[in-house]
Amino acid sequence: MSLRNKIAIVGVGESDIGKVPNMTGLGLNAQAAKRALDDAGLKVTDIDGLLTAYSFTEPYFMLGSVMCEYLGLKPRYNASMVVGGASPAVMLKHAAEAIAAGHAETVLICAGENRASGQTRDQAVAALLAVGHPYFEQPYGPSIPGFYAMIAQRHMAEYGTTREHLAQVAVTARRHALLHPNAHMKKPLAMEDVLAAKPIADPLGMFDCCLLSDAGGAFIVTSAERARDLPSRPIYLLGIGEYHTHEHLLCAPSLTEFGASVSGQAAYAMAGLGPSDMDFAELYDCFTIVPLIELEELGFCKRGESGAFYADGKAAIGGELPVNTHGGMLSHAHAGAAGGLFGIVEAVRQLRGGLGPRQVDGAETALVHNEGGILSSHCTLILANQQR
Amino acid sequence: MADNLPPPTINADSAQYWEAARREKLVIRKCRACDALHFMPRAVCPSCWSHDLEWVEATGRGKIHSFTIIRRAPLPAFVDRVPYAVALIDLSEGPRMMANIVGENALNIRIGDEVEVTFERRGEGAVPQFKLLSA
Repeated sequence: MSLRNKIAIVGVGESDIGKVPNMTGLGLNAQAAKRALDDAGLKVTDIDGLLTAYSFTEPYFMLGSVMCEYLGLKPRYNASMVVGGASPAVMLKHAAEAIAAGHAETVLICAGENRASGQTRDQAVAALLAVGHPYFEQPYGPSIPGFYAMIAQRHMAEYGTTREHLAQVAVTARRHALLHPNAHMKKPLAMEDVLAAKPIADPLGMFDCCLLSDAGGAFIVTSAERARDLPSRPIYLLGIGEYHTHEHLLCAPSLTEFGASVSGQAAYAMAGLGPSDMDFAELYDCFTIVPLIELEELGFCKRGESGAFYADGKAAIGGELPVNTHGGMLSHAHAGAAGGLFGIVEAVRQLRGGLGPRQVDGAETALVHNEGGILSSHCTLILANQQR
Repeated sequence: MADNLPPPTINADSAQYWEAARREKLVIRKCRACDALHFMPRAVCPSCWSHDLEWVEATGRGKIHSFTIIRRAPLPAFVDRVPYAVALIDLSEGPRMMANIVGENALNIRIGDEVEVTFERRGEGAVPQFKLLSA
C-alpha cells in the first residue's frame, strides 16, 4: 500500500528552546504539543493517537503512556519508539500506516528532553555513551563524537574531504540559525572559530558537535481527506522509506556507505521523484560529517563531492539545495529525538511559506532525513505543499 | 594506568572470549555450518543463524580501518588517559573490532597501519588492545 498523497502534516510546534530551567522534559513536550494543536486548529479531543520516543533525562518507563497521562489523553493508538535520532521520521511512517489503515485518525508525534537543565554536561556525555556497545566498545573509552570522528577520518582518507569542509557545515548551519527566532544559538560563528575550537575527538572540535538543549517538538498527522477541513495549509507526505543496517559502529557494514541510500531510494520511488526535484533538504546533523555523507547517500552529489558542495555555497539558503534552513542540531537545537523532529517542523514551515529572510524561494517539495545510532537506522521522507 | 578503567563484563555470549583474553589470546566465533567468522560473539551465526559455532584463535594481526584521538574523555575513568587513540581494526581473518592503540607512538597512527594484539590487565581479567607493528 503506497502512502503517497494519503497523509498530511497539519500542525507543528516547538517549545521554548535553549536553557529553559523552569520546564521539565515532559513540560517541553506539552508546550510543543499545545502549539502544534493550535497551529492545526484542532481540539484536544480530536487527538486519538500519540507516538513519542525516549528520554535520557527523566526516569520514565513506557514514555508513550506517560506522555498521554501527562497530557490527559486516552488514545486508541499509542507507543514509545526507540530508533534513536531516526525515531521522528519512523514514527511518522507508523502513524501514516495506522491512519491509512483506519486505526487512528489524528496522531500527535512529540519528542524532547531538558538536556541543558536536567543534567550536567558530564552526565549528558556519559549517558549518551549508552549508544556505544557496553562490552565491546565502551571498555575502550570511545565517545559519541569519537564514533563519528572515525567516520569522518575514513571519509577524509577515501575522498580527500578536508577539515575546512567539515567546518563549513557548522558555519552554514549557524548562518541559518541566526535567521530563526527560536534557535538556541544567537551569535555568529566564523570558520576560524570552528577550526580553533576545543578539540573533542580528531578531527572533530566542539563546533562540529551538536548542541545539548532544552527543547521539545511536536507535529500532528491526519488523513489528506481530514486535512482539507482544517484551517492550516496541509503539507502532504509523498514518499517515505527506512532501512537499518547495524547499531554499533563496530558492526557497520561500511564507514562511508550507509542505509540512507536505501531509505532514500524507497522514499523517491514512492514519490515518483528524484533528488533534482527537491527544493531544499533537512538532514540529520548531529556532527558535521553527517550531512556531508547524507548529501552523497541521498543522491544530491557524487561520492566525495559533498565537501565541495558546502564550500561552494550550494547548501546555503539561496544556493542550489539549501540544507538545514533552521540551523539543524548544530545551531538550532538538539535534545534527544527532538533534533530530527525539528527538521520535519522546519520543512513544513518552509513549504507553507512566508518565513522572511529564511524562506527558500519557490519551496514546494522537500526531503527530510533522520538517522539514529551511529548512522545505523535511517528514515527518509519527502513532503510537498500539494498532492502530486 | 588501567587501574580505574572498566573491567570486562562477562556474560553467556562472551565468557570464553574474556577467558581467552585473560590468558592473552584473541578468539573469534566461527560457524561450523557456513564457515563465516564473526566478532561480537552471539548465540547464533549472524550469516545463517546456525547454533553450531566454535571459537578459533585469531593471529592477532590486523590493519587500522579508521581511528580517532579522543581529547575529551566521555567518562571520569578515562580522564587520566587523554589523549588516547580508539580504532576500528580489520583483523587479518576479516572481522572488525574496536580497541585502543597503545604504545609510545600510538597517537601517530594512520589508516592502513598494521597492528598486532596486546593485552591490558583490567581487574581480574584483560582486554585486547593493539600496538603498531611498524614501531
